[in-house]
Order: sequence, then C-alpha cells, then structure tokens
Amino acid sequence: MSVTAEAGTFLERAPLVLRDAVVQWFPAPLQWLAHHLITIVAILAVFGVFFAFTTVAERKLLGRLQNRLGPNRAGLPWIKGSKLFGLTQPFADAVKALTKEDIVPAAADKLLHFLAPVLVVAFSLMTFAVLPFGRNLIPVELDAALLYFFAAGSATELAIFMAGWASRNKYSLLAAMRALAQVISYELPLMLSVVPVVLVVGSLSTSEIALAQGGWTFGFLPHWHVFTPWGFFGFLLFLVAALAESNRAPFDLPEAESELIAGHLTEYSGFKYALFFMAEYFGLTALSGLGVTLFLGGWQAPFAFLEFIPSYAWFMLKLIGMIGFFIWARGTLLRLRIDQLTRLAWQFMVPLALINLGNAAFWALTSGWSGPLQFVRWGVSIALVVGPFILLGRGLNGGRGPRTYRYATS
Amino acid sequence: MNLALILISVLILGSAAVALALRNLIHSALLFVGCWAGIAAFYLWAGAEFVAFAQVLIYVGAVSMVVLFAVLLTRQSDAAEPMNPDSFSRFMRALVAGGGVAGILVGAILGTPMDVSTAGPAPTLTVKEIGGQLMGPHAAALLIVGLLLTVALLGAVVIAAVDRPEKSEDAS
Amino acid sequence: MSPLQLCLLLSSLLFCVGLVGALARSNTILVLLGVELMLNAANINFIAFWRYGPNPAAGTGVLFVLFAIAVAAAEAAVGLALVIAVYRHQKNIRLQEANRLKG
Repeated sequence: MSVTAEAGTFLERAPLVLRDAVVQWFPAPLQWLAHHLITIVAILAVFGVFFAFTTVAERKLLGRLQNRLGPNRAGLPWIKGSKLFGLTQPFADAVKALTKEDIVPAAADKLLHFLAPVLVVAFSLMTFAVLPFGRNLIPVELDAALLYFFAAGSATELAIFMAGWASRNKYSLLAAMRALAQVISYELPLMLSVVPVVLVVGSLSTSEIALAQGGWTFGFLPHWHVFTPWGFFGFLLFLVAALAESNRAPFDLPEAESELIAGHLTEYSGFKYALFFMAEYFGLTALSGLGVTLFLGGWQAPFAFLEFIPSYAWFMLKLIGMIGFFIWARGTLLRLRIDQLTRLAWQFMVPLALINLGNAAFWALTSGWSGPLQFVRWGVSIALVVGPFILLGRGLNGGRGPRTYRYATS
Repeated sequence: MNLALILISVLILGSAAVALALRNLIHSALLFVGCWAGIAAFYLWAGAEFVAFAQVLIYVGAVSMVVLFAVLLTRQSDAAEPMNPDSFSRFMRALVAGGGVAGILVGAILGTPMDVSTAGPAPTLTVKEIGGQLMGPHAAALLIVGLLLTVALLGAVVIAAVDRPEKSEDAS
Repeated sequence: MSPLQLCLLLSSLLFCVGLVGALARSNTILVLLGVELMLNAANINFIAFWRYGPNPAAGTGVLFVLFAIAVAAAEAAVGLALVIAVYRHQKNIRLQEANRLKG
C-alpha cells in the first residue's frame, strides 16, 4: 500500500519535476521564458494529439451509432496490410488537408481571409491557459481566471465575423450573422450557469474552485458541485449552452452540413478549413474542461481509495467522458430550427439560470443547517429546480405545436 | 519596463489613428478592436487584471459586435465617398483643434513636476477586494449602473426595432 | 521621464486622436467610435493614477474604470441603435444631413 502511495505521489509530481529539470538547463535570465514555453509546448502536444484522436473517436462512434463501421482502413503506410483499427486516420487527414490547394476568392479581402482562421485557433487555444489539469498543474494562475476564459472565448466571435465578411460571398456573410446570433444568445446562459459556482465557492480562480470540491461525505460521496440540486441543474444548463457555443449538433445550424454548404466557411479550403475545424474541437475541449473543473470536481478523485491515481489522469478521464457525451448527443439528437434555438435560449435557459442563481444563494445561506433541517434544505432546493423547469418547459411549446407542411399538388 | 509601455502605446495610438483615417468602415472597426485590445494590454501592464479582462470581454466581445452589425445594417454603396474640399477643410480644422489640445496637454504634463514613487511594486487588488468594495461602499452605484444598463438596452431595442408596420405594407 | 508621465502622454494623445476623428469624419459610426476612444483615454488616466497614486489599496481608480466601461457599453448600444434608426429614415448616416427633426 505504501508503495502505491509513494508511486502515486511521484506520478503526481512527475510533470512538474520534469519541467523544473528542463528549466534548470537554461541560463538564469531565460528561465522564466523556458518555463512558459515548456507549458505552451506541452499543451500544444497533449491537446493536439487529443484533438487528432477525438476526431477519429467521433467518426468511429458516429459510425457505430448509425449502424456502419466508420474509418477502419488507415494503417501504417510502410507496412503492407496493417490496419490498426483506422487509428492513424487523423494523420492521413492532416496530410490531405495540408496538400490540398488553398483557394482564396479573387474578390476576397486577402488579409482578413488569412487572419480569421489564425485568430480563431489562437483564441481557442488561449482558453486552455487557466484550466487546472491537475494538482498544482495549471499553466497560468490567475485571480480572475473565469473572466479571462470568457474574454478569450468571446474574442472568437470576431474571427467568425471576419471569416464571413472577408469571403465577399453573401451566403458566407449571412451564415456568419446567423452563427454570431447563436453564439451571442448562448453566451448569456453559459455565463449565468457558471455564476452560481462562483457564488458558492467565492472565487473566480479555477484552481480554487477545483480545490473547493475536495473531500467526501461518508468517504464515498464526493463534494462535487454536480451532486447538489443547483449544481446538477447548472451543469445541465452548462452542457446545453456549451453545445450551442461550440456549434455542435443539435445546435450546428451555422454550418449544417446537410442543408448549407458550410456556412461562413464556404470559401475556405485546404489547411485553413482544417484550422477552423481544429478550433471548433479546441473550443469544445476547453469548454468541457471548464465544465469538469466547475461541476465535476476538476482533478479530484471520485473515491478516497482511488486517490493514488494521479490527478491529471482523473481530469483527462472526465474530459474524455464529457467529449464522449457530446459525440453521443451529436449522433442521437435532431437539429433545431433557428426559431426554436433562440426561443430555447431566451425564454427557457436564461430565466432558469437566473432562478438557479437564486437557488445557489439559498444553498450558500443555509450551509449551517444540520440534522433534519438538511432535508428541508435539499427539499427546497430541489423544488426550486423542478418547479420552474416544469412550468417553463410547458410554456416552451405552448400553442406552437409541430409545424404542418403543405406540399404542392400538381 | 518602459519599453513595454512604449510598445503598447505605439500599438494603441497607431491603430486608432489608422482606423479613423481609413475609408473602409469594416477595416476601421476591426482596427478599433485592436486598439481596445491594446488598451486591455495597458491595463494588464499596470496590474489591473480584472479591468483588463472586463475591457476585453465588453469591448472586444460585445461593443465590437454591435459596431460591426451597425456597419453592416447601414451599408451604403460600395463606392467610397469622394474627398471633397468641404471635408478637407473640416479635416484641417479638426487637426488644428486636436493639435492645439494635444499641445496644451503635453505641455502641462511635461511641465508639471510629479513626485510620485515609481520604484514601488505594482499594487495588487484581488477580485475579492473589488467585490467587497462594489458590494460595500459602492453598492448604490452598482445598483444604478445595473438599472442604467437595463434601461439603455431596452431603449436601444425600442429605437432600433421596426416601429411602423403600416409603412412596410405601403412599400410592398 | 517617469512612467506616470508616459501614461499621461499616452492618454492625452489618444484623447486627441479621438477628438480629431470625431470632428473630422462625417460618418456617424466613426464619430461615435471617436467619442468611445476619448472615454478610453480617460480610463487610462484613472488606471495610471491608481497605479502610481499615493493610495492604491483603496482601488477607487479601478472601480471608477469598471463603472465607466459599463456606461460606455450602454452608450455604444444606444448610440448605434440611434444610428440604425436614422439610417432607416433617410438611408444615409452622414452627420451633416441628419438635420431634420421631422422624419
């Protein structure tokens, strides 16, 4: 037992020890630079590979959900007949994207057309800087980390606009407007679903929020926010808003591949298109990481006896779980109409998120209650979640039933 | 230390000046975004982290979107308006006025002895302290700002909404 | 030159750029953006004096800037809504032509 604990603590510290060892090789004035460069390279490497395997996992899982096989042919090119279950597919895709012709429309605004994919990847990568990947394993320790996350995330809207406008294509511009309308509408519920966590923990720092969820009741029930009524509901709101923010099914209207050409990406090809694709996955991963940090206990182990597994492994496991859920949702749910989409945001999610904020305030005020009062606390909190949900959910489709279609008869 | 400040200043002033001189409105709006981001960088340099992120969130994320939508909704013909003598003389007068103000301000700043301790470390103000200040001594101001924002946004929606449906019937 | 003086120079020059822009351009949106720049210049002053002032712990400068940013956002929203309303009435957003009270 002591051996595993020792190994656990060593594995726990391993990334930091490795980084410090490498930093030691640099001369003293450059050490701070090396320190940050190593962090950046580590994030790029880990999440680059993670992105590659997310795409292949998504394609394979979607294939299974649609009763087909998915990619299973790509193996190693220098070994004849190797298939490796298609696991090298993303690398083949990367080669394909890199070698394709990069077409820029003649009328396009060349500079902005080039800048848009670069900016969108840069901003979506910047959000990774404040995610606590493990115990003491956070790239930048900021006091206002959550504000930073949303500031960097909201800057991607600018890149969407630039992509749509610089293409000089009216369909691109219209699609960019639609994408912006969607992203801006869902930014509000996303932030409002995060505010209760800030209220209860009393900090905007992501590492402190992750730390605050440590500990277990009776040794097996973790103190994650998702296991409280307001936290569970906030997590659901966060999931829906995150899906919409990252333009994924069932909210993938901006680039609905079966209905539009590619929305604001119509005029992009080759590697620039791949960059947008990459930014979408980075954004999704960052939002999932934020969800894990805020609601699913961050890097905390679910049970006390599992603590010997290093914290970053728990974080990655939870992250993979979230991504898997998103892929599952994509394979299962139908795409919404634009009016349903905005109505869901403004008439349903925003009021519910505000009520949930009040719920969290009630939870924080009654934190001293004990004994039978605990049951009252849970009861009131659950009622505050279920009641408005049923009431507002009934009004959501009120009088608007399913659409009736009339077809032309010759 | 001062080098960073000078670089940030050049970024801010350069993008602002070019933005106001450009003919293409979208380009100038995007350059304004660069200018606001530069101002956020200045706040970071000065140690006001929270204000810097608020600046990025509000200006780069929200105000820029409103500006860009307004530019697109009020687009005129693509042909740039010609530089007529009237606008040229106005430009010269504006330049004289701005230059005069700049001269007075720069003279005043350079002529005033400032005995402040510049050697001290950057002061830190945690988010918790800012929150305490906002909820304590400045609670009334916070409430008024919330009310102001609500009223202003409602007013903006009312002003910008199409208010005369009968006119559209005439048109069609 | 002390950093405080540099900050003040930056803010006064930015103010003048905004002033020239607001006076010289006839496009309403650009005039609004010029005014917005002048507001930002004032904010820079507040932060500079907070940073180098005698009592940074009070944080008054930071709080003032936060309120100023909120008010500036409201100003931009209302101003641009007015621009859109004016455009709808006269298909033009040149300032000197918006001189009729009757729409």
